Amino acid sequence: MDHVTFFALALPLIVVATMVVVHPSPVYSALFLVMTLFLLAVYFLFLDAHMVAALQIIVYAGAIMVLFLFVIMLLNLQTEPREQQRRGLRRAALIGGGILVLELFLLLRRLPTGDTPEQALPAGFGTVQALSERLFTDFLLPFEITSILLLVAMVGAVVLAKRQG
Amino acid sequence: MVDFAITFALTVMVLLMVLNLGGLLLWVERKGSAVLQDRIGANRAAIFGRLPFNLGIVNTLIADPIKLFTKENFVPHGADKLLHTLAPIIALVPVLMTFIVIPFGDVLIIGERVIPLQAADLNVGLLYILAMVSLGVYGVVLGGWASNNRWALLGGIRGSAQMISYEIPMGLSLVAVVMTFGSLNLQEIARAQGQLIGGWIPAWGILYQPVAFLIFMAAGIAESKRVPFDLPEAESELISGYFTEYSGAKQATFMLVDFIEVIIVAGLVTTLFFGGWQVPFLLRDGFHFPWGTVIPLPSLVVALLQVGAFTLKVLFFCWLQIMIRWTLPRFRYDQLMNLGWKGLIPLSLANVMLTALLLLLF
Amino acid sequence: MVPISYHLVLSGVLFTIGVMGVLLRRNTIIIFMAIELMLNAVNLSFVALARHLGSLDGQLIVFFVMAVAAAEAAVGLAIILLVFRGRETVNADELNLLRW
Repeated sequence: MDHVTFFALALPLIVVATMVVVHPSPVYSALFLVMTLFLLAVYFLFLDAHMVAALQIIVYAGAIMVLFLFVIMLLNLQTEPREQQRRGLRRAALIGGGILVLELFLLLRRLPTGDTPEQALPAGFGTVQALSERLFTDFLLPFEITSILLLVAMVGAVVLAKRQG
Repeated sequence: MVDFAITFALTVMVLLMVLNLGGLLLWVERKGSAVLQDRIGANRAAIFGRLPFNLGIVNTLIADPIKLFTKENFVPHGADKLLHTLAPIIALVPVLMTFIVIPFGDVLIIGERVIPLQAADLNVGLLYILAMVSLGVYGVVLGGWASNNRWALLGGIRGSAQMISYEIPMGLSLVAVVMTFGSLNLQEIARAQGQLIGGWIPAWGILYQPVAFLIFMAAGIAESKRVPFDLPEAESELISGYFTEYSGAKQATFMLVDFIEVIIVAGLVTTLFFGGWQVPFLLRDGFHFPWGTVIPLPSLVVALLQVGAFTLKVLFFCWLQIMIRWTLPRFRYDQLMNLGWKGLIPLSLANVMLTALLLLLF
Repeated sequence: MVPISYHLVLSGVLFTIGVMGVLLRRNTIIIFMAIELMLNAVNLSFVALARHLGSLDGQLIVFFVMAVAAAEAAVGLAIILLVFRGRETVNADELNLLRW
């Protein structure tokens, strides 16, 4: 990924991600999050992660965010006039965010900043074949555990959302 | 440079074909429903209010779009103006983008150059299609929400629940297909169907995966929100659901999206289950009949035959969907959810298991 | 070529935006979305490092993050629905009892 591509993706990413947090209307927030996820998928394409990019759109943009929109519409959440943000909390948020940014820069000074040569990529890096071979051999146990997690989540969601009586 | 120009030309060609076919389907649907209901159907355009010429097809293909596109651009009171305008566009873009991975022919050889007849050859082709299909729901949800109308909101909520639910059986039926052909690339899937079983029968996907075909067809019709799964629009309950408040060009866009989704389902069914562009016994250099006759053909003729076969198959499945639309009554909402979650999903899971077992055994 | 640190900084910035969202907003659904944003920031650094090290492990972990995010969204939204049914609100400040 060259510098032009990076900034052409990174700057919009930061803008839409900020809008997710700042926009008063929940529907718009969700839509900005969809845009963030979409931009990230494009970003993944440039990082040779084709399969991850496709899954990002199918799972995140296509399923999880639709679920969010569904709940927002079901509860009919309107734009709140001005969310009563307690001043103390806002200050705490600013301080916390500041500390995180500071930490980031401290970390960065330790990282090699120059052009570290990237490893040569094996053929078929990030394709379905390469990924699934690893997934079904070395990562088989986590994979199975994930399926149990999903089953538990599914049952949990059904039990929670079911009306009593 | 030349490669880029070819890709661009292919993309434009695919888009034009799809858009024109979408418009044509509107006429086919009107005439088709008339045939089924023993009526004559749209058959005349009254020019300047007089002269009832029998123009038939001209009516729907020219007069109708002109009427729709010159109408007032209406946004209801209290609606979200931006999203109300964006929703049809958001609905249109992903369905159009789906077509670039569907192959409509094998290769065209001109001199030294080998041109694949597919706009984009992706190794994750089927995943790409699933991604685009899953983005299609946003147009419905946003159109319903932004209209500031109860019917529209109800349509949007129904649409989002229905489309998430039916994506799962659709994806699972595709899993079985992918296991059979061992590839996510649509061109490779289409090529694999050119083989012959026992030297006589073309090895089309329907012979290996009949159950997956039925599930995919049902889920595909549900994804395109057409009768018997048209609960998001349901004229008799919700006026017209998520596009109740739409008129003019924006409503025309939603209608176009509807028909393009029909073409997507037809195109995918053709590619995955009915051999795609394959003509039985036609190889790259001509016909090779099993009884030994060989008819050599130039590359251009072969390509044209393949594109023609693909188009014919797609048209047949579009026609089939329109027939289904005018034959079956609408499901009730609980029936829809029961069919999806208790019928199609277990069935498709069983199909995946059976496919895996058979693949292990043979 | 962009050095790896660029990707990591972008990931850090996105993560920070997510943290600020959780702290600043009181609407539980938006807090939830901010958490998704943080998960995605982490995914970004995984994918970037996978590319940098020429190893697929980073991309594989992203799968598991996505699966966990999907499970979390299903359960979390069910909880929000349940709370809304009882309390008619999704404001985190008004949900100050440990029962519903």
